[in-house]
Amino acid sequence: MIPLLQWIEATSGSIAIRESILLYPVIESTHVLTLGLFAGIIALLDLRLVGAALRTVPVSQIATRLLPIALGGFVIMVVSGALLFYSSPVRAYTNIFFRVKLVLILLAGLNALLFHLTIFRDVAGWDTLAQPPPRARMAGLASLTFWSGVIICGRMQAYKWFE
Amino acid sequence: MELLPLFQWFEATFIGTKVRESLWMFPVIECVHLLALALLGGTILAVDLRRLGLGLKEQNAADLNRQLHPWMSGSVAMLILTGIPMFLSEAVKCYYSPPFWYKMGLLAVAYTFTLRRRAESRPAAVVSLGLWFSVAFAGRWIAFY
Repeated sequence: MIPLLQWIEATSGSIAIRESILLYPVIESTHVLTLGLFAGIIALLDLRLVGAALRTVPVSQIATRLLPIALGGFVIMVVSGALLFYSSPVRAYTNIFFRVKLVLILLAGLNALLFHLTIFRDVAGWDTLAQPPPRARMAGLASLTFWSGVIICGRMQAYKWFE
Repeated sequence: MELLPLFQWFEATFIGTKVRESLWMFPVIECVHLLALALLGGTILAVDLRRLGLGLKEQNAADLNRQLHPWMSGSVAMLILTGIPMFLSEAVKCYYSPPFWYKMGLLAVAYTFTLRRRAESRPAAVVSLGLWFSVAFAGRWIAFY
């Protein structure tokens, strides 16, 4: 894996981002600012699921109206994140926080998938309840935990404690 | 008035020294700062997009604002609470950092605008979004310049 990443790191695009005074900060701040657009919006749905926020708003309405916005944020996150990885792949790959972050993203994705394939199918039955059923609350809590972990790992990745 | 001595004093405070000398305090505080930023971004987006006729458009705009207000002020409080120790730990660096001064200026304007506004107009929503995102953007750039 490392030789491939070293090869990527030596490509002109990777060097250009890494050494640019402007490019790297711009990509990096886009990645951070999109937190509001992605994680912040997801958090609103999760907080609704655990029964903490927007308790009078039907769950299905939040899902229909806000999830497309979060999905847009996710695309920006992945593209800017991929560019950041591209700029220093070896450093990211060997970083423990980066690896944990990827696992947490996978878990968050599986949690969302499971939620949409199971409990959300019967949303009509609990759409307007201020306190959704236990399984929906669990899904919301899991999502909040996983995405918080992703943000924490993303931030910690910049520090070289374990390198 | 010369402000540098004041910023040097900030940096020498107990909290400033503790955070600066610790290996883990700054990163941990920064993580909480970022989590609060995500939540603030989400609530501001939901409220302002509604004012633009997007997002939760079936909801009454004022009611949505009222419901999300505790989350908004909660995250702003958390951002300020975590921002202060980070600032104290590197006050002199901030003094020389243009993005820091932009951030503080924009923050004052955004905060006043959000708390004082009565207008539910579309331009007000655009201004609010622009102001808050500029605050976050300038904040990220303190690390670069």
